[in-house]
Amino acid sequence: MGPLVANEIITTDTNLVFAFLIGIGFGFVLEGAGFSSSRKLAGVFYGYDTVVLKVFFTAAITAMIGLLFLSLFGWIDLSLIYINPTFLYSAIAGGVIMGAGFILGGFCPGTSFCGASIGKIDAMVFIVGLILGIFIFGEGYPLWEDFYKAKFLGIPKISEFMGIKDGLMALIIVLVAFGMFWIGEWAEKKFPREEY
Amino acid sequence: MTTKEQKSKAYMNPYLAGVLLGIILLMAYFVSGRGLGASGAIKSAIVTTVDAVAPAHAEKASYFSDYKEAHPKPMKAWLVFEMLGVLVGGFLSGALSGRLKLKVEHSPKITSKRRLIFALIGGVLFGFGSQLGRGCTSGSALSGMAVLSLGGFISMAAIFGTGYALAYFVRKNWI
Repeated sequence: MGPLVANEIITTDTNLVFAFLIGIGFGFVLEGAGFSSSRKLAGVFYGYDTVVLKVFFTAAITAMIGLLFLSLFGWIDLSLIYINPTFLYSAIAGGVIMGAGFILGGFCPGTSFCGASIGKIDAMVFIVGLILGIFIFGEGYPLWEDFYKAKFLGIPKISEFMGIKDGLMALIIVLVAFGMFWIGEWAEKKFPREEY
Repeated sequence: MTTKEQKSKAYMNPYLAGVLLGIILLMAYFVSGRGLGASGAIKSAIVTTVDAVAPAHAEKASYFSDYKEAHPKPMKAWLVFEMLGVLVGGFLSGALSGRLKLKVEHSPKITSKRRLIFALIGGVLFGFGSQLGRGCTSGSALSGMAVLSLGGFISMAAIFGTGYALAYFVRKNWI
């Protein structure tokens, strides 16, 4: 049955309507959870507010478990799902640069749109930065093209990498996530802040 | 604290928000066969703009022209529609919770100007990194983790690990 568009149950144009609706849900939940505030987002790095950790990992394990069950029931064909290929060096270097951008800028791309939608000027300036950064990457592409394409690993799953079954891997991830929630709750008590 | 302030402080329970976001991500996979994303929409807009303003140059810049070749109509892309939705959804949530306000949010210890300079630098880095890393926090890390992609876990660890490693040096900006 799923993915609906790949199985031609909906057209590619209808798919774009769904993209818009899914985006509304995405933006609504991000804003409602407080992701429109850079000071709430940055809190995860200092322990005073770990909403990022809680929302991010709850969402990841919810979707992960959902996909495993949908696949188990035969309701979705996971082989038709798009998964980013893994290029080891650029994945690490890109992540490191993004991490620096996160702690300096206080947003990531999705949350900056969310912040901009309710009038945060710092979020709008962050978006200007994003545009510049992507433009610079495109303009200087020949300089880092080799690095960008180096160490291609295919589309490996973390379960394959660890040599265990998807279900067991998912269980481990859920347990790790619960451990992190516990640390998050502890950190908020240990490093409290009244106003921010 | 007045009622209005109390109302504007009322954020959703983070675990409930996480479950809802997880269901939205699951819907994206079920309906469209792909995860959520953000930076890709900006890339579409840039490719379109460069192509319109300087078509000869866009042709030469292979990162843009390769993308244009694979996506002949870059603005008619899933991520573009999704991000337009994010703007609408964020606005609706902000409106319902009384949080619509034009302002620069920053720690009382720093000026608005400093906050904006850092926001710009952070944005440039995040934009660059999102291209190098083939996706940002939502496209690579969150969506990747949900499908057990090794790359998604690497992105997540690199983004948050670096954030923690650098947090001490910029603490004045936040705490």
